[in-house]
Amino acid sequence: MGKFILKRFLSIIPLLLGITFLVFILMYAAPGDFLSEARASKDISKERIEEMEREFGLDKSWHIQYALWLKNVLTLNLGESWAYKVPVEDLIGQRIVATLVLSITSLFFAWLIAIPLGVLTAIHKDSIFDRLTSILAYAALSIPEFFLALLAVFFAASTGLFPIGGRTSIGHDFLAPLAQFFDYVYHLILPTIVLGIGGIAGMMRIMRANVLDYLRAEFVTTARAKGVPEGWVMFKHVLRNAINPLISAFGFAFSGLLSGALLVENVMNYPGLGQLIYSSFLKQDQYVVMAAVVIGCVMLMLGNLLADLLLGWTDPRIRLEK
Amino acid sequence: MRNSIFKELLHRPLGLFVSVILLLLYTCALFAPFLAPYKTSDQNLDKSFHPPTGITWKDGRFHVKIYENIDPTAARYEVIKGKTIPIKLFAKGYDYNLLGFIPMQRHLFQLDTSESHPQIYILGSDVTGRDVFSRLLYGSQISLSIGLIGITITMLLGFLVGGLSGYFGGKFDFFAMRFVEFLMAIPGLYLLLALRSALAQHFESAQMYMMIVIILAFIGWAGTARIIRGMSLSIRNRQFVYAAESMGQSTIVILFKHILPNLTSYLLVAATLSIPGYILGEAALSFLGLGIQEPSASWGLMLKQTQEDMKVFMLNFWWLLTPGLAIFITVIAFNVLGDTLRDIVDPKMKV
Repeated sequence: MGKFILKRFLSIIPLLLGITFLVFILMYAAPGDFLSEARASKDISKERIEEMEREFGLDKSWHIQYALWLKNVLTLNLGESWAYKVPVEDLIGQRIVATLVLSITSLFFAWLIAIPLGVLTAIHKDSIFDRLTSILAYAALSIPEFFLALLAVFFAASTGLFPIGGRTSIGHDFLAPLAQFFDYVYHLILPTIVLGIGGIAGMMRIMRANVLDYLRAEFVTTARAKGVPEGWVMFKHVLRNAINPLISAFGFAFSGLLSGALLVENVMNYPGLGQLIYSSFLKQDQYVVMAAVVIGCVMLMLGNLLADLLLGWTDPRIRLEK
Repeated sequence: MRNSIFKELLHRPLGLFVSVILLLLYTCALFAPFLAPYKTSDQNLDKSFHPPTGITWKDGRFHVKIYENIDPTAARYEVIKGKTIPIKLFAKGYDYNLLGFIPMQRHLFQLDTSESHPQIYILGSDVTGRDVFSRLLYGSQISLSIGLIGITITMLLGFLVGGLSGYFGGKFDFFAMRFVEFLMAIPGLYLLLALRSALAQHFESAQMYMMIVIILAFIGWAGTARIIRGMSLSIRNRQFVYAAESMGQSTIVILFKHILPNLTSYLLVAATLSIPGYILGEAALSFLGLGIQEPSASWGLMLKQTQEDMKVFMLNFWWLLTPGLAIFITVIAFNVLGDTLRDIVDPKMKV
């Protein structure tokens, strides 16, 4: 197992190099360089800019610049955000937590609904319930996330049941710790639902197809013939098998969540990584954009790794070492 | 073969239904200037957030009710009793080119009045008093065509790269597939933003349109190429390919004459199911303010304006959410069409 994890980590390196290189080239090709924003602002001294130019080698050719940026990244110096006047790593740290929390809650929300729904629709195949759910799933798959987010804001504004945005209330800092926690949860509900709904439909359809497949499998017939109780058959034989593709799709779902989170965070004003990327992109705060894209990709790859490990753990037929 | 697919499609009720809807949508987009009473940029600042106008029947023709702004801060309108303006059908309005080259002045309907400011709002007006209905129609030209053009580029690129890597194998295959995996490893919207940042912030509408198509196609082709590679790998070992090779046909000929015909049904289904991605991608880009710019209209851009004004949410201007409904209908229609096509072609196909 340790060998497998090590191998996977090593395989991330070329991918990361590729991604950083791509992002770097794109940023390099973009009009203006990293410091054009800094030069334009009056409160950054000339000496500081010259120091930065030397540090990032802006007077040198592009491949040396890339190497320097890479060196800086490896020493965990991601540069400085011009818009916020803080080191990039400080800025991104808080945002990662927010986005991770949102992604994970929506994933669990989606699983919590999709798995039972998928099993139920497979058991009651072709019933009205099945038909209705599949129509709803179709609709959910076709709604753009940002539109759903808009509708959610519309709903929150017109009913007043939920906050229309943000991660905390205005008086958050003055609340008791427990109340602070519930304040977070309260603000998380709508974004979670919005981000989760798209996932539910896809997962439910996978789940339904799998359960249908395994219900017809011979080992299920055998188990029933042996007189294994029906609930035991469903849990031990059908569900355990049917759930595997969902776990391996975890990485994929996570990728979709990161992209979806970018839009949902912007509409619902949730201070996550996506919102940061977008706002710094508009401000041409390039170090932040680069760092955030790289970190988003790392999160995705870790998600994929986690999915593989989980699958190896739940499915004894899979040997990860090979 | 392809004819029979379409015949089968039209024989299924659901297939027929969504085909008609899509046909209707694309016809509307094609004849948008004729159907739209106003231009996308026609403003009427006295009538911001005007609700959809009521229409009555009077003196043997349709009339539009006239509204009065009773509370400008909250954009509340009330019907002025007894005051209406008649609607002229097939009347002359602003100049435009039908289908891009036929100069025309006639529109489906215009108001019988000397005022050129928008007055009739079938779907209400936005913050500067522009007609949402007209903008929706013009927006559909961009939102609907981008899917078709984008998918053509994607499929061509995906087919070429995937087909060639399956056909050649070896080093070309290895590097092409590593590149594909690389592209697939980056979250779509992140890649989109990174690509967008490399290009200038502002373009003219036509250039912007091309740029969006290119960016979306660049992100989209990887998945297609991967699947086509697998298929072409298996077709490559069939007798007829060996026969063609031994007769000395060139790679390109083999690719297009022998491998492509075996992939058409897959490509058809994959293309139909991928079009929503392009429509949503354009909408997302424009929604973020990085795509189509004012004064042009696209569905994503219209939703962006909706989002920008909190008034819309507080005062329940529901008609500003109609572009979202339009996207929803289009996307669901393409999804149903794609699924129906897949059922016809091969129910076990994985796209």
